[in-house]
Amino acid sequence: MDGSVDLCGVELGGPILNGSGTFDAIAARRVFGAALDREFPFDAFVSKTITLEPRAGNPPPRLWETAAGMLNSIGLPNRGLAGFLESDLPQLASLPVPLIVSVMGFSAREVAELVGAVSERAEVSLIELNVSCPNVETGLVMGADPTETAALLDVVRPLAGKPLIVKLSPNASAPEDVARAAEAHGADAVSLINTLKGTALAPGRNRPWLGGQGGGLSGPAVRPVALAQVAAVSAAIELPVIGMGGITSGAHAADFLSAGARCIAIGTESFRDPAAAGRVRADLAAIIRKEREEI
Amino acid sequence: MSRAPRRTTAPFGRRAAEVTQAERLGAYVLISALDGGGPTDPVPGQFYMLATGERWGGGTDERPYLGRAFSFARARPDPGGLTLQFLLEAIGPGTARLAGLEVGDALLLVGPLGIGFDAPEAPQHALLVGGGIGVAPLLGLADSLEGAPGATLLGFRGAAHAAAGELFSSQPQIATDDGSVGAAGLVTDLLAPHLEGQALDARVYACGPPAMLEAVRALCAAAGVDAQLALESGMACGFGACFGCVVPTRDGLIRLCLDGPVLNADRLDSALVPGAGH
Repeated sequence: MDGSVDLCGVELGGPILNGSGTFDAIAARRVFGAALDREFPFDAFVSKTITLEPRAGNPPPRLWETAAGMLNSIGLPNRGLAGFLESDLPQLASLPVPLIVSVMGFSAREVAELVGAVSERAEVSLIELNVSCPNVETGLVMGADPTETAALLDVVRPLAGKPLIVKLSPNASAPEDVARAAEAHGADAVSLINTLKGTALAPGRNRPWLGGQGGGLSGPAVRPVALAQVAAVSAAIELPVIGMGGITSGAHAADFLSAGARCIAIGTESFRDPAAAGRVRADLAAIIRKEREEI
Repeated sequence: MSRAPRRTTAPFGRRAAEVTQAERLGAYVLISALDGGGPTDPVPGQFYMLATGERWGGGTDERPYLGRAFSFARARPDPGGLTLQFLLEAIGPGTARLAGLEVGDALLLVGPLGIGFDAPEAPQHALLVGGGIGVAPLLGLADSLEGAPGATLLGFRGAAHAAAGELFSSQPQIATDDGSVGAAGLVTDLLAPHLEGQALDARVYACGPPAMLEAVRALCAAAGVDAQLALESGMACGFGACFGCVVPTRDGLIRLCLDGPVLNADRLDSALVPGAGH
């Protein structure tokens, strides 16, 4: 059975991606050696979000374990565009799957500059616009309402030489309205969900635990929210949808595909098992095979 | 100068080891597990992300969810793989599950991860300084240094915890907060006299609670003695993916799972890591 998937004209060996910022392939090569490339668990690799200027990220502590999940307040640490192009991109380009670069700017002009520069690189197959990271003060704005998203795409779309994925925020009153605006203004795909806004207090103290004050919730705890939003967005637009949020098994992945997703992504589950996506892929293939036999 | 590598790479993915022994040692439990799927040469100071095969989740506060990072105490090649030992104390929902493992249970692990201790360069004295559960990664190091010059100094709250000192064959000097075993006081009280007069030919290896590590760091800095500190920080993944375990160094924030957990003390202005010890 050919399990290949077309994502905006890019052929993938299967439907499994990583959520941006949940897997650092460069670090993983140091830890797992050649086994990482040999047993690479994703069908396309999404980079950690890059910004125009280098960022150190938020002060620690950055993590808080929750019921069936976790809060993070990482704050988009990255080398900045120049550092990414110079040292990270060549290493990511040698991964055995197509590369998706995630970018975020603090204004439409910044996003445009990032998209323009990344578009020029042949190693990059697609670009994801992070308009929904809740960890950075101004990150909410562009993905929070349809008008903002439309305005951003009107600036960025003409400069993009690659298919554009808009990553939707779950922290919007109606993500499907933002998805419609993205579709109408030139996006090629949408992905969702990003993390849900949350916070935790330091035990016994009346102040936030996380160094960045608030954080983003991920893991199995968010899966029902994610599934509902993926279904609503898939029903609202014709564009391919990349669904994610708390997927830990092939059965969960099958649910997201049934809800209308073209691809799915594994995020937090990779923290528990770096090869989780490979297990999900194998289980999902078995489920699909079984369904076809029963038809 | 050639040195043994400080990082042994890990197989990709999580695997199950089988618990072969669970031994109570005062306040601690020493778990032995046979790992048939990993390398047989992890470096002392490296760690594994641990979870139990059953009943992981749904405990106090509906946790644990994430794995728990533990340096291995000892590693011994055996028929069928490597027997790994972990020193555990039931403190929270994750450690309670791990400390409750029984013979035959599955211990899920990813590793070895991070970078371990640098071996001392002969004729350098090795001063091993451990506090509480932090004595664990010093065990494998002490075994590898057997017969070499140096001393092992351990600090505990009291007799129940000092039972872990019995694991060392290197005749450790022990201090306890309540004086129930060894000297009354802190392990750094034991360290101070060792640092006098031999500044150039000693290296300190330390692991323990943040306040102890900071005291060791300050003592060594004042004496001009090299020190390697095994730090702790909350981790979600252990392999550089989550960027959650960062600690401040003189070169900025670093991921402790990737560039540590063993750090040269001269990289730090302080060993008091925000959020550690929680």
